[in-house]
Amino acid sequence: MSADTDVEVLRREGRVVVVGASLAGLRAAETLREQGFTGSLTMIGDEPYEPYDRPPLSKQALLGRARPEDTALPRRRDIDAEWRLGVAAESLDRDAKQVRLTNGDIVPYDRLLITTGTRARPWFHPEEAALDGVFVLRTRDDSARLLRKLTAGVSRVLVIGAGFTGSEVASGCRERGLEVTVAERGPAPLVGALGGVIGAVADRLQRKHGVDLRCGVSVTALEGDDVGRLRRAHLSDGAVIDVEVAVVSLGAMRNTEWLAGSGVAAGPRGIACDAGCRVFDVNGIVTDDIYAAGDVARSPHPLFDYQFLALEHWGNAVEQAEIAAHNMICAGPDRRPHLWLPMFWSTQFGVNIKSVGVPTLGDQLVVAQGALAEERFVAVYGYRGRVIAAVAFDGAKWLGFYEQQIASGAPFPPEYRAVDRRTETLHPIDPAFPDPHLPTHGATVTLTGHSPSERRVTFVPSHA
Amino acid sequence: MTSGSIVAQITDYANRADPYPLYAELRKTPVRREDDGTYLVSTYYEVRSLANDPRLSNDTSNRPAGHGRPGQPAADSGLPPSFIFTDPPVHDRLRDTINRPFGPPHSPRFLDGLRGELAKVVTELLDAFEGKDRVDIVEDFAYPLPVTAICKVLGVPREDEPLFHAWADALASSVDPHSGDDGGPEKAQRARQELGAYLADLIETKRRHPGAGILSALAPDMTPADLEATAVLLLVAGHETTVNAITNTTLTLLRHPDILERFQKDPELAVPLVEEVLRYEPPVQFVPWTTALADIDVAGTTIPKGSPVWLMLAAANRDPRRFEDPDRFDPDRKDNEHLGFYTGIHYCFGAPLARIELHVAVPELFRRVNFSRLLEDPPPYRANAVLRGPRHLPVAIEGLTD
Repeated sequence: MSADTDVEVLRREGRVVVVGASLAGLRAAETLREQGFTGSLTMIGDEPYEPYDRPPLSKQALLGRARPEDTALPRRRDIDAEWRLGVAAESLDRDAKQVRLTNGDIVPYDRLLITTGTRARPWFHPEEAALDGVFVLRTRDDSARLLRKLTAGVSRVLVIGAGFTGSEVASGCRERGLEVTVAERGPAPLVGALGGVIGAVADRLQRKHGVDLRCGVSVTALEGDDVGRLRRAHLSDGAVIDVEVAVVSLGAMRNTEWLAGSGVAAGPRGIACDAGCRVFDVNGIVTDDIYAAGDVARSPHPLFDYQFLALEHWGNAVEQAEIAAHNMICAGPDRRPHLWLPMFWSTQFGVNIKSVGVPTLGDQLVVAQGALAEERFVAVYGYRGRVIAAVAFDGAKWLGFYEQQIASGAPFPPEYRAVDRRTETLHPIDPAFPDPHLPTHGATVTLTGHSPSERRVTFVPSHA
Repeated sequence: MTSGSIVAQITDYANRADPYPLYAELRKTPVRREDDGTYLVSTYYEVRSLANDPRLSNDTSNRPAGHGRPGQPAADSGLPPSFIFTDPPVHDRLRDTINRPFGPPHSPRFLDGLRGELAKVVTELLDAFEGKDRVDIVEDFAYPLPVTAICKVLGVPREDEPLFHAWADALASSVDPHSGDDGGPEKAQRARQELGAYLADLIETKRRHPGAGILSALAPDMTPADLEATAVLLLVAGHETTVNAITNTTLTLLRHPDILERFQKDPELAVPLVEEVLRYEPPVQFVPWTTALADIDVAGTTIPKGSPVWLMLAAANRDPRRFEDPDRFDPDRKDNEHLGFYTGIHYCFGAPLARIELHVAVPELFRRVNFSRLLEDPPPYRANAVLRGPRHLPVAIEGLTD
């Protein structure tokens, strides 16, 4: 049934299986039905809940403005699916075209969509991670647990890692009136995603809002008491802090382990697929019945040198899911590419931060509008003489314009006059990204090389 | 049709009742250069893109001499420009400050709290229809409500309305680029000065005896001149625009009896209906006061640095490339992202208030009043081509439901 000539049969009575019942999975399912797919649809999710929204978990939920259990995603339409919730996919058998679940069930498919996303990177020391008071924040349950703890009254929260989630947690805790220490291995918050120049602004923001921010240090150990409650944290500079709560915000890991041995090009960096969301096998050959979308997918983007981008962005998950769903039930010539311009937002310390493009590619930066010192600006990133990204602090309304600049390959630095431009000429500076050769816990965007293209490829499980 | 003549026709009062054929003509050249160097932009995507373009300025001091500079203070006006005629950072600072008592996140319930009072005003106005067989929707309904609303929002005594009515009218007409005929800029400048003086007194009183309304809330945070200029803007903007929106809704519904009938059975239709009116008959037809700060390429044309630019919202709202069958009034329209409230950083500050007023007024008007017919179609329009709307809307009615 996989041949394109059978597309009509597929649309009518095919079996579509979606592994990963979150934002991307749900939107894909809705799109399938919207486009007239009348076959069977199975949604598999390892959490016991129907799809819910994650951005509020580190924002409104922490402030008590939304309950973690109330963040269910609104439905665009009825999807008439068979839900297999609370059970994870265990393995994939491409020859038999079936997914095996951890409860032993076998689910056959004609088209498979993988939207297994990411999970929080756990604290590296399992015993310390198990201490009462040590949290990660990724799921609805994580959020509810953390919220319960914070509401019970704690004196100090330690946030480990000042990426977007860590910074949002720190912001939420400060707004609740809690004492917060943030430990960041890099020189400033948000450095991995936005570079040191913008990181310095985030640094100032955090301190201005009373965060005890410690950069250039790592947490070396978490120490508990006799009954297993977190009591102290030890830092690499020798400092010891008394804390009852530690929120581990060290980025995310892609949920690809279950694909080991399946022969698809899946690893710690995600699942490689083409611009139409079709998954590659380990030989770099495109499959035609397996698709991927959302945080777990990585695909080539022509605007960014055809580099394979894996994006942990809400909007990317939605659009990639729609494209994948469309392509799954279309004949070849009708398929569409996923050419979404990366875009994400964050709210922290009363500031709306929004970015478009791929800042981490930037080799130069100018402040095009506003001023860094006012924490209200648009900074534009250049890459080899063209505009590659822009980030706005409290200036999101301008980003549509810069999105156009990126999409049209506009020259960098921009020379034109604009409202709120503060200098006669714009001076490009080094955006100060960390040395890519140094290990990191991963950023919002990862860039990896081209598709697997060796003549023979053996899958080697990674320990990263 | 030669270039240039079309602007003359749009501003010509003879075409006020139905400027849409002219807008359709205009859209044939999405970016059109007038003989005086003004650029008219009339298609949806182009208008939207320019409204969000940081190379376009609302600060009228950037305009070349000889082009209308609404909002530009004359030497003796003593008032800074209101924030609609400023660019960031001044614009953002003023607008952010004013937003604090007005809306979320700082005052999430302020506007919603006005609902009850506005509903009461609506009831009173409609009660007064009792025993009449004809009413003027403008004088008897659409005008009093927004005026009451803006007075409540600002904390201006409603009794002073006769005082500032004339000033507000004069100021509203000054945004019309061809208002020169009736005393134009000088008259507006004088009105601004007098209204400013009136509001300065009021603000001073509120400083000493804070009361309800956002002027009291803002008095400690703003310079007297900025607050005065802001109060003038909000009072004027709160005047004409919503009046036109309510009147246009009434007129449009009376012209579409099938939709009116549906609406009377299903008041839930109010929300999409109001949005469709904002697309179909936007209360602000075009924005004639922006200026290009740099050469801007748009739709194959370069608008040179320094050019005055008019963004034709009403034309863009009926762009067939964006809206299917755009000249059809269709409250069932999906994806109705109209430009009736503009877009970008100058998006209508009062939009949430206007929507509340419309949602309070329109369903109740059509629930209670048994309309029989329009007495004049088209009705007489105001002179203003920018803030376009009927001056009067006489209708025959047959009684009132409780």
